[in-house]
Amino acid sequence: MTMLEIHNLHVRVGGKPILQGIDLCVNAGEVHAIMGPNGSGKSTLARALSGHPDYQVTEGEVSYEGRDLLAMDPEERARDGVFMAFQYPVEIPGVNNAYFLKAALNAIRTHRGQEELDAIEFMALMREKSTLLEIDPSMLTRSVNEGFSGGEKKRNEIFQMAVLEPKLAILDETDSGLDIDALKLVANGVNAMRSPERAIIVVTHYQRLLDYIVPDVVHVLSGGRIVKSGDRALALELEDKGYGWLEPEAAAAAPAAKA
Amino acid sequence: MTRLVQSSPQTDAYLADCDRLVTARSATEPSWLRNLRRKGIEHFADAGFPTTRDEEWKFTSIAPIADRHFAPAHDGQSGLTTDRVESWAGALGGYRLVLVNGAYAPQFSVGGLPAGVHVSSLRSILATNPAAVEPYLGRFAPPDRQAFTALNTGFLQDGAFVWIPPGTIIDQPISLLFVSASPETASVSHPRVLIVAGDRSQVRIVEGYVGPPGQEYFTNAVTEVVVGSGAVVDHYKLQRESQRACHIGSMYVHGTRDSTFSSHSIAFGGALVRNDIIAVLDGEGGDYTLNGLYLVDGRRLIDNHTTIDHAKPHCGSHEMYKGILSGHARAVFNGKIIVRPDAQKTDAKQTNKALLLSDDAQINTKPQLEIFANDVKCTHGAAVGQLDEDAIFYLRARGLDLQQARDMLIHAFAGDVLNRIRIEPLRKSLEEHLLSELPAAGGPANQQ
Repeated sequence: MTMLEIHNLHVRVGGKPILQGIDLCVNAGEVHAIMGPNGSGKSTLARALSGHPDYQVTEGEVSYEGRDLLAMDPEERARDGVFMAFQYPVEIPGVNNAYFLKAALNAIRTHRGQEELDAIEFMALMREKSTLLEIDPSMLTRSVNEGFSGGEKKRNEIFQMAVLEPKLAILDETDSGLDIDALKLVANGVNAMRSPERAIIVVTHYQRLLDYIVPDVVHVLSGGRIVKSGDRALALELEDKGYGWLEPEAAAAAPAAKA
Repeated sequence: MTRLVQSSPQTDAYLADCDRLVTARSATEPSWLRNLRRKGIEHFADAGFPTTRDEEWKFTSIAPIADRHFAPAHDGQSGLTTDRVESWAGALGGYRLVLVNGAYAPQFSVGGLPAGVHVSSLRSILATNPAAVEPYLGRFAPPDRQAFTALNTGFLQDGAFVWIPPGTIIDQPISLLFVSASPETASVSHPRVLIVAGDRSQVRIVEGYVGPPGQEYFTNAVTEVVVGSGAVVDHYKLQRESQRACHIGSMYVHGTRDSTFSSHSIAFGGALVRNDIIAVLDGEGGDYTLNGLYLVDGRRLIDNHTTIDHAKPHCGSHEMYKGILSGHARAVFNGKIIVRPDAQKTDAKQTNKALLLSDDAQINTKPQLEIFANDVKCTHGAAVGQLDEDAIFYLRARGLDLQQARDMLIHAFAGDVLNRIRIEPLRKSLEEHLLSELPAAGGPANQQ
């Protein structure tokens, strides 16, 4: 079943065109990896899908479960099951991590017609999910991301994902800045979420993460377009050859506007 | 009242009102009180109302007070119901003294006091045992220091007197609630509070100022706090006046050796509000905390002036003021820290932050450090900013709507001050009040 269908997506940031015609189809149950050199538009794609106001869609359509995703506010997308793990999780001084997550979870549950969790049920859920990611309980009582190390911030993102149980998860360079132990933890957390009903898009610069989260499809983004798609072997090829060999292909593919 | 140095239409009416008060009261008053009153009104007559040419009032025009005459408020209760007063007072527990229009209202006052502790209206203690207050009244709030304190002293009649004997520890808070209610005329009350905490005593005091929404009146309050050696005083001021009221409140704190004093000044109401705190650390080992939170919208103005005077060595002071401004609101913060030549090893920290929710809100903020000792630690910081757009997006991306996200961030901003409130029901009610008063996300305050 098609969960996400992107057609000819163009996105500008600060007036500058970044995405120049993305076409992508993601089915439920699949894990897609989006790779590409710095500045290729990987994170722009992730942020545009989450509804960031600085990312202006100038052309194209995005359909999520048959609905027009681009017409939805960021909170509507989240409530309908879209989750983005931030590349740079925001520090929010004074807002308790558990309090914030409970408010988010209950906003989503209410939207789904489920009862809100009370404090006891919520704490039980926290315990269950925090064990998986080896989240120190003190992290829950601290302010959101404030004073967290880079690795703690990324783990906290995946922890939130585990609690909120999205249908479509977009991980925006979740592996950057992680040591190998943290990377394995994060990968375990993501793998535990894999299911036939859920789709996951992994945006990454490095092949390494894909050793642990094995993708079904790998796409290479360059110059704001997907220039090549393939299976896991493509990621390994990129590891060997770098991104350089794709650049001329990107240039050649440009007039066709389709990868 | 005979010697009038200056005459101006602004002050003449007050002088005439004061004359009438003196004539009515002089037969029953002790002479020291008559003298104190005279000093007050004479200084007011001399100085007149301050103007924006005075450095201390540079950003705060008190024209709304000076340009009209507020008649002395009547003692009458103006149809107040117990329910109304209860809702203002909140369920804080403990003892409660209520004054309406500056006069004691026994029917609204409740609770029992621990043995030895004295809380009464100032009027009754002046009538029954004036010697109990004579050593303190007007001593730390000098009648010639500032025009409004002088005016309050000139009209000194009633208010509250709290006396905690040495070594007495009181768990339950003592509430002093000042209600203004005079629907017919714009009137003024001059409540006076005297708190004397004996050596090694411990007490929490909540001073509340309220009035019916929409009413125009002027509250000119003066509080004197004497903190004995080793005493711990936790003071809360909740200013929730009518949004058309003028409120001038001046608190003078004097602490001796090892005294601990904390002030929590919460200001939500008033059209023109000025809070002065003058706190003197006059004994070694003292520790003062001044926290403040204000919420101001429309075309209202809230001005906080604090002075922490380190007169002796080895004292600490911590100050944190936070303001939330929207609409065309204005705020002023002036934080003066004086470190006298003797006051070595002083550790003073001042933080002042303002959150501007609209383009038209404005704050003037000024730290003022006057340091005359050489082995001290004094830091200050001021920050003025808007809600963090990245944080708002982060919260929305997790499913919170714009209003929830903004409320959560504003609540977090205020949390630094509210979380330090140690009276649980008070903290809860203030948090609720804060959230209910915040401008709606879609409203004019959202134009950033």
